[in-house]
Amino acid sequence: MSRPTALVLAAPGTNRDHDVAFALELAGAAPRITLLSELMANPSLLVDHQMLVVAGGFSYADALGAGSMWSLALQHGVADELHAFVAVGKPVLGICNGFQVLTSAGLLPGALGHNESGHFQCEWVRLQPVGGRSVWTAGLDPIECPMAHGEGRYVHPDVAALEAAGQVALRYDGHNPNGSMAAIAGVCDPTGVVLGLMPHPENHVLERQHPRRARGTNSGLGLHLFQRGVQHARER
Amino acid sequence: MARAARLTIRTIGADPRAASTLADAHALGVPAVEAIDVADVIFFADPQSPAARAALEAALVDPLLQHATWDDPTDRSVVETALLPGVTDPAAAAVQLAMQMIGLPHTGVATGRHCALHGAVDPSTRALLARRLLANGVIERWADGLIEPHFVDEHAVADRTVDTVAITALSDVELEALSKERGLSLDLAELQVIAAHFRTAGREPTDVELETLAQTWSEHCSHKTFRARITSTAGDEIVPLLRQLRDSTDAIAAPFLRSAFVGNAGIVEFTPGATLAVKAETHNHPSAIEPFGGANTGVGGVIRDVMGAAHHPIAITDILCFGPTDTDPATLPDGVLHPRLVERGVVAGVADYGNKIGLPTVAGAVLYDPGYTANPLVYAGCIGVATDDAWLLAGPQPGDLVVVLGGRTGRDGLRGATFSSATMDATTGDVAGASVQIGDPIVEKLLIDALRECTGLFTAITDCGAGGLSSAVGEMAEGVGADVDVALAPLKYPGLRPWEVWLSEAQERMVMAVPPANWPTLLEVCAKHGVEATALGTFTGDGQLHVHAGDLTVLRLDTHFLHDGRPQRSMVAELPTPHRQPAPAPVVPDPAATLLRLLAHPNIASKERIIRRYDHEIRGTTVVRPLVGAHHDGHADGVVLAEPTEQHGVALGIGVNPWYGLVDPERMAHAVVDEAMRNVVAVGADPSNVALLDNFSWGDPRRPSTLGELVMAVQGCCDAAAAYGAPFVSGKDSLNNEYLGSDGQRHAVPPTLVITAMAHVPDADATVTPDLKAVGNLLVVVGNTSTEFGGSHLALVEGLPLTCGPVPAPDPSAPARYRQLHHLLSTGRVRACHDLSEGGLAVAAAEMAIAGDLGISLHTLPHADPITGLFAESLGRFLCEVAPSDLDWFLDGLGESAIVVGTVIAEPEFRTPGWSLPLSSLRSAFSGTQPSAEAAP
Repeated sequence: MSRPTALVLAAPGTNRDHDVAFALELAGAAPRITLLSELMANPSLLVDHQMLVVAGGFSYADALGAGSMWSLALQHGVADELHAFVAVGKPVLGICNGFQVLTSAGLLPGALGHNESGHFQCEWVRLQPVGGRSVWTAGLDPIECPMAHGEGRYVHPDVAALEAAGQVALRYDGHNPNGSMAAIAGVCDPTGVVLGLMPHPENHVLERQHPRRARGTNSGLGLHLFQRGVQHARER
Repeated sequence: MARAARLTIRTIGADPRAASTLADAHALGVPAVEAIDVADVIFFADPQSPAARAALEAALVDPLLQHATWDDPTDRSVVETALLPGVTDPAAAAVQLAMQMIGLPHTGVATGRHCALHGAVDPSTRALLARRLLANGVIERWADGLIEPHFVDEHAVADRTVDTVAITALSDVELEALSKERGLSLDLAELQVIAAHFRTAGREPTDVELETLAQTWSEHCSHKTFRARITSTAGDEIVPLLRQLRDSTDAIAAPFLRSAFVGNAGIVEFTPGATLAVKAETHNHPSAIEPFGGANTGVGGVIRDVMGAAHHPIAITDILCFGPTDTDPATLPDGVLHPRLVERGVVAGVADYGNKIGLPTVAGAVLYDPGYTANPLVYAGCIGVATDDAWLLAGPQPGDLVVVLGGRTGRDGLRGATFSSATMDATTGDVAGASVQIGDPIVEKLLIDALRECTGLFTAITDCGAGGLSSAVGEMAEGVGADVDVALAPLKYPGLRPWEVWLSEAQERMVMAVPPANWPTLLEVCAKHGVEATALGTFTGDGQLHVHAGDLTVLRLDTHFLHDGRPQRSMVAELPTPHRQPAPAPVVPDPAATLLRLLAHPNIASKERIIRRYDHEIRGTTVVRPLVGAHHDGHADGVVLAEPTEQHGVALGIGVNPWYGLVDPERMAHAVVDEAMRNVVAVGADPSNVALLDNFSWGDPRRPSTLGELVMAVQGCCDAAAAYGAPFVSGKDSLNNEYLGSDGQRHAVPPTLVITAMAHVPDADATVTPDLKAVGNLLVVVGNTSTEFGGSHLALVEGLPLTCGPVPAPDPSAPARYRQLHHLLSTGRVRACHDLSEGGLAVAAAEMAIAGDLGISLHTLPHADPITGLFAESLGRFLCEVAPSDLDWFLDGLGESAIVVGTVIAEPEFRTPGWSLPLSSLRSAFSGTQPSAEAAP
């Protein structure tokens, strides 16, 4: 089977790009980690790729609010290419800082504020897919993976409208760890090809990575989410 | 100049930062504050047109989360803070970058914080809050009301001033006065050698030369005490401590050892073709005065140590020692930060650096004792990996370029051992923030990324840590010589004198030796990753260190004198005679209540609130996490890391027990080595493949009794290493950790030896955790239990003297036991394993029950005396969970007797022969809010 080409975008301070590339590789894609500076110098790289993942980390140290510098750079450098990428239906995923970037850049609705706790939290969460438009979560079983962020509290002026539009893609199951509105963990754009989520499915792509593996718990591989995206890219 | 513009940005709704600040204000005894509103402020040196303001708002303000105003706030009761001039302001730099991106002209930018205080808050309360809570005077200034911004002077001129210091004709008394005045921290014998050296040379030293010698010969860089000639008060000659440790490592002759006590880190090979580098450092004093920055740069520094060993960093450890967080603020000496603020700042500092640089912060410990109130301890460790001997470097060759890469040089960290107040005063204006090093983890992250692609391009590498370029270039040039122009160093801001450039401890810098042929490629790699690389000169081959600023020579020293000229220090040790007589177990009237007090003791209680601040998941390699169990709320013994595609892994374990150290430093050392060993064995590591690190934080070793305790601790380390066949591969000592007590006397911190064990895990899929797994399984105590309560946590919670008995003795049968147990654990048939440490069997069993969310029924105790059976901390012991059908297999495989003490039960209870407790009480004691460290009756 063909391996869709996936551009894993990394800005200065992005730190889960290698984890994402590993997940994409396992999911059947051909990932290439690309530095923001490379993309800015050569925006046509987007045309050459079938998927885009904006990886997590602390781009520009999150100095002016999570993801905002990176988002500025994208908006002032490759805005046209990015919108064209989405317009033709190629799947885009923003994880953690990547989610924050995509909301700041206007590709996803809403915004991500400081966690209710006021600080960074690292813990495992269970994500319940919500039947909606997202091509990344369609038919997906619940996944379990870690979250690791300080600014992940999802905020939207009209959650009901968002839900009605089928743009809520993932909810925290059980415990809402950061005070997100309606326990929203991930949302998609109106077309369903762009998904953003705060937790890190790329850190649960092997059974060994589950924290309760020694207790016989082995469910909810985050890998499945990447597989959905790869499948969409392949079939598009 | 036109009036500066000011943009104040507030969070819509409650700002989560405000809640914790308010809680801290109340904890500091300022109940009058009813609420605090926090806002961020950005100052622009130029006023900004309406169009520019609109563009800035669009770029900097998220309308869903924040609202912003260009008007001055009108809150009635306000404290504003801003960084001191000279302190790096990354947020301001980011705003400037954003302005560049959106096409606005360059201007000076500064940032600040606006705190509106509600309630009956008068000016003196505002001043108190500002000094104690809202501003750290070391890096920040504050104003009652709106603060005036200070912008960096980007047009200051280079300062080439070099002073000569007349020392050759000074008397002994004058030499010592000079050392004190310039903060050289050199003793008379060292000063005499330096004076004689320059007499022979027929000239006086420059300030750069004197500061360089002081730095190179400092305790921090040259380990004077660990290399000293020591005589006991009884007149016996004691082998220098560093040599004892090296000799013990040599004697073990571990086949996996590649490099010990050389360079930046210890290096071992657990699997063919791949090496691991490991190192731990302390950053105690910086963390005491500026907890966030001190801990932040401590983490950054130890990561660079691993990079300086040409290894790629993969994980971080941290061990923290604080005063009790409920200390009465009124009892704090002047200038001492409240332990609550120290803890908050240190944890935030570790989290900020580790999380941003993208490394999992995995193993660690947090300890609380009044002995750390004025002198908190912060240990940070790092491990890294290299393949195919890429770390084996030729060393600097004549003609190689001296290259500095990474962050720029500023006045960071100049007020160390070499701080000279006279000189600093002469450069007032921008120097106030000079004393504290500021971390920028993203810059170091980019360095890591770039170095990954630089393999083969350099012949030597080291980090720029204490002593800055002086130390880094000075060490690399040893025997070879180097010629360096400090005027070429990229600066954060102009105006630095040559000695400031040479000695700055600015963070995130590495120094390399690069063959000229590789220089273009190296520049290309660095440019790709946004890393600045600058050639400052060349390695020469003449053995001379020559530093100049343009055409002005500022230092010319023979590297042999620089590195080998220091006279060996002679010291006297008064060896302790610890209390080792057997003593009966303490009387414990209510063991159930005692168990709850133990579980609630800050040293034993859950550290979840701290551990979850660190990203321990990144890289996807953490297969045994610091928090484990049914609800991820139990502490693992050690952690295991394994690359997703590899079968083998590496375990990390920590041993530390200052309370044993207070009673019997030799046994303490043995006990903490044993604890670190137990922690890695319990998770599935192979005890015959373990490397150890020693990190000593001690008092002033010039006090013979303090040195005597250090001598005995080193003795204990060497004996334990030999017993386990686990070599020390690296170590570090932080001495002179002293504080002024309420009695007006100087006190040393408790003798705090941290042992890190790094061990090979043959099968990362066969790891073991301590949480109970299944009802009906049996619980077996492995190892021998004796009545040993010296320094125990039972003594701490019962309010007994730490000398109420002997500190647990080494168990000669432990090494063989660990090997047998490892074979059993590696089968995967042992369902849970937990080592017995503070609080003994009772605490270990309770922790296993909490983590597994299952009950326990103990029907037998491992000692005839029940208090000993429940609470003794004898070494070499584990509690294992096995299925009844596996019991015979387990006992046979162990090869020694073990005691079946109980079973796992479905009822949520903790039962013993005499009493029982509901599991819920254990859990709330363990996870509850931290009670007083002095909660004992």
